[in-house]
Formats: sequence, structure tokens, C-alpha cells
Amino acid sequence: MTDELPRTDTATSAAGRDPYPAAGQPLLRIEGVAKTFGTFRAVDGVSLDIKAGEFFALLGPSGCGKTTLLRMLAGFETPDEGRILLGGKDIAQALPHERPINMMFQNYALFPHLSVRDNIAFGLKRAGMARADIATRVAEMVALVKLEGLEKRRPDQLSGGQRQRVALARALARRPQLLLLDEPLAALDKKLRESTQGELMELQRRLGMTFIIVTHDQEEAMTMASRIGVMKAGKLAQVASPRELYEAPRSRWIAEFVGDINLFDGESKLRDGHRLVIGTRDAGALVVAEPREPIGTGRFAVAIRPEKVKLSRRGPVSEAGRETVINRLDGVIADICYLGGTTTYKVKLDTGGMLQASVANSARIDVDAYSLNQNVVAWFTPDDCVVLPS
Amino acid sequence: MRKVSRLSRFNIASLALGLAFLYLPILILVLYSFNASRLVTVWGGWSLRWYHEFFNDRAMIEAAWMSLRVAVSSATIATLLGTLAAVALSRGERFRGRTLFSGMLYAPLVMPEVITGLSLLLLFVALNAERGFWTVTIAHTTLTMCFVAVVVQSRLGSLDRSLEEAAMDLGCDPVRAFVSVTLPLIAPAIVAGWMLAFTLSLDDLVIASFTTGPGSATLPIRIYSEVRLGVKPEINAICTLVIALIAVVIVIASLASKLSSSQGESAAPL
Repeated sequence: MTDELPRTDTATSAAGRDPYPAAGQPLLRIEGVAKTFGTFRAVDGVSLDIKAGEFFALLGPSGCGKTTLLRMLAGFETPDEGRILLGGKDIAQALPHERPINMMFQNYALFPHLSVRDNIAFGLKRAGMARADIATRVAEMVALVKLEGLEKRRPDQLSGGQRQRVALARALARRPQLLLLDEPLAALDKKLRESTQGELMELQRRLGMTFIIVTHDQEEAMTMASRIGVMKAGKLAQVASPRELYEAPRSRWIAEFVGDINLFDGESKLRDGHRLVIGTRDAGALVVAEPREPIGTGRFAVAIRPEKVKLSRRGPVSEAGRETVINRLDGVIADICYLGGTTTYKVKLDTGGMLQASVANSARIDVDAYSLNQNVVAWFTPDDCVVLPS
Repeated sequence: MRKVSRLSRFNIASLALGLAFLYLPILILVLYSFNASRLVTVWGGWSLRWYHEFFNDRAMIEAAWMSLRVAVSSATIATLLGTLAAVALSRGERFRGRTLFSGMLYAPLVMPEVITGLSLLLLFVALNAERGFWTVTIAHTTLTMCFVAVVVQSRLGSLDRSLEEAAMDLGCDPVRAFVSVTLPLIAPAIVAGWMLAFTLSLDDLVIASFTTGPGSATLPIRIYSEVRLGVKPEINAICTLVIALIAVVIVIASLASKLSSSQGESAAPL
């Protein structure tokens, strides 16, 4: 899992219309932006800072307001409240063509009556660029997205992947300070999507451009983005790096939305140094590491990712001389789901709950694989648990 | 296998019957327009005599010229207004009474022509307008505008809104976006709408006879009044020419709309 993408500081300002702000400098500031459609509050007071050179992902289920937020950045919607500052200038009320921002549309929105070349040149012509410069820039873009030889084709003569590249080239051609991508890979099949993810990341790094991508696919967001903003019901629920989002979710909803997770509700019982003991109904007393911020007392949920749960037949063997406080739960294998690289076991705990454990299939012929109804011991360390407000 | 072929033979027969029912009268009319005989029902050999007669019939030529002028100008005005109406209804903000407006736009589609003609006549009389070329043109614009609006609106409805947004994103103001992206894409529908309006105007008798004045008869009115005195073979010749003109226009219109729909589906390979 990539925590932070390595970034190059070589912004390609020499060839650009506007020199990009140096990487790491603040580029975009969204301040208390809200948008209401009728009685539906699509975006409800979002504040966010984006730095130049970032690959930022807006992640959320459909209807969470992420697309509306993106459309406000592009200028297709105007916010009812709040400010959108780009390089210190408020652009909230500016029309789309007045913003140094370009967007790649979900369905690509290629002009069907224009060739690939004319599609890419469209925005350059509007910018009043000289003919020769347009030709140079178009050739550069075509090479960038590897579409050589297809310049004269119409969009309906291209495959889905090629159309996606044309849309990308067209949006990049004007060298925007900010590129918005609305579900850019949703229409591609899985294999193509994965290779395109890599290409997009590589491109973003090479150009030193700032990308904001909207997606409902958390794997896509995790793979590509250096930071992710999770949206729920018009609000930003958490803004964090992929690793932080996955390993330290701020709420129960985020924990469940991003990846698979085991959750056990309970009450805090006692404190032992840096350890807390939380009594859960379904998994008994669990020992967890104390979170960074003090949580007080009351009702909590203990969250453990399935791959952090270890299974064995007889329980953990403690290393000689070192005593670790661990959570040890007995149970029976209730369900097996073979996924190729990993196998997910559902363990019916003796205490009543259900625990998911994801085990890597590290050997081709696995004599130790568990079978249905087999008695097992599931265990995990206190550091593997996250305590969440219930 | 045999069943299928028998079924298809039946289909061919019914198709032939249907086409004969539709086109046999027209075929006979076209055939008899080349008749040398003075009698409409007796074949007297091939001749272009009646075409010659038509081109020397001043009154008839004038009526034909009048019809053409009315058709071209009313179709052009109707296309302009109909396109604007279609754009307003499908692109404008949702306003109160939008459904009512679009319903009202389409009412002339189903309105009996006698009523349209009569109401326009009453309007022109009330306005004390001199009836002639302009009153017929206005009446035909009223009749054909809704057809243009229907054709253009259906095309606009199938267009992706994000195309215009993409154009704006790439530096066009809303007007420019419409002119450089939407207009080229709906152009075939606009052309088809014009053709439709043109042919509708060309063969309208009812509304024209309500709204025209003395000395400015359109071709259908002229033909109708001639026929009442007895069918001259010359009428056959005129009708053949009109059929030819309308056939050409319809073929162009259908080609244009075909082009329009094939451009719209960007997913379909050529």
C-alpha cells in the first residue's frame, strides 16, 4: 500500500500556458461550500485544501455529493454558500470557460462530429493559440496518450479505451492548473482499468499536475490517490492518506465503507497502562491499544481488519521470554471463501459473534488449510484493533 | 423450412398488395401525364404535349411559383422558430407551465386543418390584413412550425448534455458552445425539419384556401378549381412534377435524418 506517492518537482512550466505552482504549494481552497437542489442538500459545508501536485480522490457512495462538488469546481454548478479559491482568487461564481480548470467527463463527452485531432485541438483553438503551436501541442498530446496514427478517426471509430485516452488528452491539452476526473475509468473493463490506473498515476507524476478524481471505487482511490476525502451525505467524513484511512478510520461508517472489517460493540471496562479492555457482547473482553486521542468512557466499537486476524489450530506460540498481551478467541470455521490470492474464513466464535479472517495462500499446496466445522483459534494483537465511537 | 418460405411468400403478396393500393393510382396518373390523347381515360400513345401545355399556361405557372415561394419562406421561418422553441423547451431551465407550453406547441399536429384555417382567417380579417402571399406564408408557418419543433426536439433529447458542458469547459461561452457543438450535431434534424415543412406547405389546400386572397392562388388551389371544371391531362403533368419534387425532398430529408442518428450514437461503429 502506497502511503505517499513520490513526486517530482519538475513542473513542466516551460511548455505550459501558466506556470504551475510549485509542488506542495497551496493551490485550491474550498471554504464552507454548500449546494442545495430543491430541498436536497447535496453538498453541506465542505472545506478542503488541495496542494499543487497532489493526486486527490473524492470517494463516496452514489448520491454523497462528490460529483456535485466536482461540478462546482468545474463551474457547472454555483455554490449557494462558501468560497472556492484557486491560487488565492475566488472563482466560485466564475463561468466554466473562465477557469484554468479542465474536466474529463465520465462518459468522455467527445464531440462526435470532430476527429481525434480536432477534439484535442478544440480547447486550444478557443484559447486563440497559433495554428503551428496547436499542431505541435496536439502531436505532443497524441504521443503522451499513445494514440499515434488515430488522429483522423472519429470517436465512433475508436474503442472504449482509446476514447478514454482522447478525453484525457483533450482535457490535458490546455495545461490546466487543475484537472478534474469524473469516474474516468468506470466504463473500462477490469484489466484495462488496472493498467490505465498506472498510466494515469505515471502521467500525473510526470506532468506535475494537480488531479482531483471522483470515484465510488475505493480500490481505485486507494491505488491512485495520495490523499482521499471520503464523503457522506454531502459532508467530508475524513480526509487522509490511503493508509491512514484504512488503518485509522475516524468513524464506524468509514471503517465499514473502506474495505472489509470486523466490528464488535462494547463498553470500556478498565485501563491498564497503554492498554484498554473493552467488554464486547459478541467476542468477550478484548484488549486494545489506547488510541492517540483519549476516548473517555462509554460505548465503543472495536474494529479489526480481516487480514490482521491470524488463525491457528492451537493458538499462538509465545516467543521465548516475551509475553505479549493478545486477544485469543476460540471458534469453528463456518464459511470458506477462496479468492485465489487469499482465502476468507468466517469463524463462528464460541462467544457468539462472527469473525472474518483473511489468510494469504502463500503455498500452492496448502496442507494446513482449514476445513469447514474445524475448531480453530483466532488471535490478534491489541495494536491491530481500532477503537471507534459507537 | 417450408413453413418459413410459405410465410415469406404470403408476406411478399401482402406487401405487393399494399404497395399497389398505395401507388397504383399515382402510377396511373404519372403514366397518363405522358398520354397524347385529349381524353384522360383513353391511351393515345406517348407524348410530352401536356408538359408543354403546362409551361405555356401562365396562370398555372404563376400558381406554381406562388406555391414555391410560400413553401420556401414559410419553411424557413418555421424552421427558425421551431428550432428555437425546441431548444428552449429541451435546454432551458425548468419553468412553471413547461409541460403546458410543449403541449400547446404540439396542438397544431392534431388540430383539424379546417379549424386552423378558419381561425387564422378570422384573425387576418380582424387585423384587417390584406390576404395574399404573406397571410398564406404566416398560416403555413403556424402549421409547420410544430413539425420542425418535434423533429429538432427529439434530436436534442438524444444529445448528451455533457457535450455542451465539455465545450464550455474547453473555453466556450454558452452561446459559442451551442454554435460550435450543438448546432452541427442537430443540423441534420434542422434540415429534415425544413424539408418536412416545405412539403407540408407545398401540398396544403385547406389552410391556403382559407387564408389566400384574390389573384394569389397556390398550386393546389389552382388545380382544385381546374378539376372542378373537368380533369385536363395537363393536371396529370403538373401533379407528376409535384410528385417528383416531393419525392426528391423526402429522400433528402430521410437521408439527412439517417445521417443525424448515426452521428448521435458514438458507440456504434460505422
